[in-house]
Amino acid sequence: MPTTLIAGRPIDVNDEGFLTAYDQWDEKLGAELAHLIGIEMTDAHWGPIRFLRADFPGRGETATLRRASTVGGFPIKELFELFPLKPAKKMAYIAGLPKPKGCV
Amino acid sequence: MKRLVILGGGTAGTMVANKLRASLPAHELHITVVDRDDAHHYQPGYLFMPFGIYNTSDIVRSRHRFLADGVDLVLTEIDRVDAAYKTVHLADGRTLGYDYLVIASGVAPRPDATPGMQGALWGNKIHEFYSLPGAQALTEAMRRFRGGRLVVHITEMPIKCPVAPMEFTFLADDWLRKHGIRERTDVTYVTPLDGAFTKPVASRELATALVDRQIALETDFAVEQIDNDTSELVSFDGRRIGFDLLVTVPLNMGADYVARSGLGDELNLVPCDQHTMVSLEHPDIYVLGDAGTLQTSKAGSVAHFAVDVFVHNFIDEFNGRPATHGFDGHANCFIESGNRKGMLLDFNYTTEPFTGNFPMPVVGPFKLLKETRLNHIGKLAFRWIYWNMLLPGRPIPMIPTAMSLAGKRVEQDVTPSGTGMPTAVAPSSPPPPPRPARPKLETKPLASARPAKPSAAPPQARPAPVAAASTRPAVDSTATDVLPTPIIPKF
Repeated sequence: MPTTLIAGRPIDVNDEGFLTAYDQWDEKLGAELAHLIGIEMTDAHWGPIRFLRADFPGRGETATLRRASTVGGFPIKELFELFPLKPAKKMAYIAGLPKPKGCV
Repeated sequence: MKRLVILGGGTAGTMVANKLRASLPAHELHITVVDRDDAHHYQPGYLFMPFGIYNTSDIVRSRHRFLADGVDLVLTEIDRVDAAYKTVHLADGRTLGYDYLVIASGVAPRPDATPGMQGALWGNKIHEFYSLPGAQALTEAMRRFRGGRLVVHITEMPIKCPVAPMEFTFLADDWLRKHGIRERTDVTYVTPLDGAFTKPVASRELATALVDRQIALETDFAVEQIDNDTSELVSFDGRRIGFDLLVTVPLNMGADYVARSGLGDELNLVPCDQHTMVSLEHPDIYVLGDAGTLQTSKAGSVAHFAVDVFVHNFIDEFNGRPATHGFDGHANCFIESGNRKGMLLDFNYTTEPFTGNFPMPVVGPFKLLKETRLNHIGKLAFRWIYWNMLLPGRPIPMIPTAMSLAGKRVEQDVTPSGTGMPTAVAPSSPPPPPRPARPKLETKPLASARPAKPSAAPPQARPAPVAAASTRPAVDSTATDVLPTPIIPKF
């Protein structure tokens, strides 16, 4: 698995670029990851990202958009506005979490 | 005498009842299975009904017939579980006290969870095959279909049998060609995931599976509602997909009594340990089959392997010994790819589906992640195995409980490639930096092929899908293997 320099720190990622180590992330890194995909983080952006981070350890998987909405309280429409086109994938990337996956 | 109550007499419930009945005498353990009816469905058969391959009598049997002597079957709805008092309250007012409870009531499609899904077009242009009545109605709709826009859709993950919608799409493509209406039909696959395939090796192996069949792909589609006036799927970001025939997989949720009992999450799934299937809240409640939060597919094969592990542990603990077995998330699934061919997937929590042979290196006889006639035959033959071996709790030869790497072409660091027809890329994302050369694929030489793991999986450290880095040694940023620029995913 590659290790890349992001925001001046060596970060372990998978071949797609998603972080593979939960603890290597912090909000500064998150902001940089967002910047790399053309998103400048605002409070509105941080809300769902913080929810995803807090939700992950207890469940071992990244929350779906539906869960971010029903449990996190972030309307899906807004998530599409904040993270256009591929919100689930973008949020997972910015939050340093695995992208939502199927079995194959 | 202790009492085990099993809620749900489906695949997992039946297997666990039978295996425990065979291992523990009735005067020591009383076993009761509760279900709402006496009709056990072979659910993998629903997929075949719309294409005339199976009919109702092929896939429905009496539950009673498959439960061992000495297992009580109680036919009634469940009101709720009072975990504090270890009592199940049945809808008719009866109660069942328990010492151990197994929740095995699975997940079911909830079309009412999506606005408009059960509107005027429900049962007419909008169908689902995740229930028997749904599959029956869809069978009629397929017979009447004369061409147009066929849309296959997944509402949200997780769903049971996650590949079934893709299988349906492949079978439909086949079926339309056979009936001479493929040219007149546009087939579109719509998923909330970011691709038709999301695992690296499968994405590569199946990169052209949709394009080859002229199946269009729409990803990252979060359905907000179905517009019954315009016959369109409408997403939260305003995308609209029109259909003449919509085959949707509605939201999958666990049973309502789970919610009434305060035992489940927002999908009525019961949070449980990934390796022991023990409820995270109650040590005397176990979750088997689709009803829990295991980080692997919801599938019959998973239920089978998890039940094996659970039974070992339960018997140990029942006899005063510590439980030592841990479930590895093993899944083994045949999937239809059309044209009387199929593929076989074999994977677990930490290993994605690889190519190779199964169960034995070289001789197989089944090929992993490749379309073969034999895999299709395997899928069809499985129905016999299900009724005659799996449900009664007989061991399936050659198939280990824990996933084995034997026969697999193990790959490290695979870059996921295209997923069929590309979807629009966000214009604002910067172009990806040049990727490093793909590392050499690691193939397992025959001489050192690892033998199949024994059926009792040894205890494992809990692998979270993302490993904690707190014990990871600091990476030397001047080391030559640290890439100076980040890898940016395709968006």
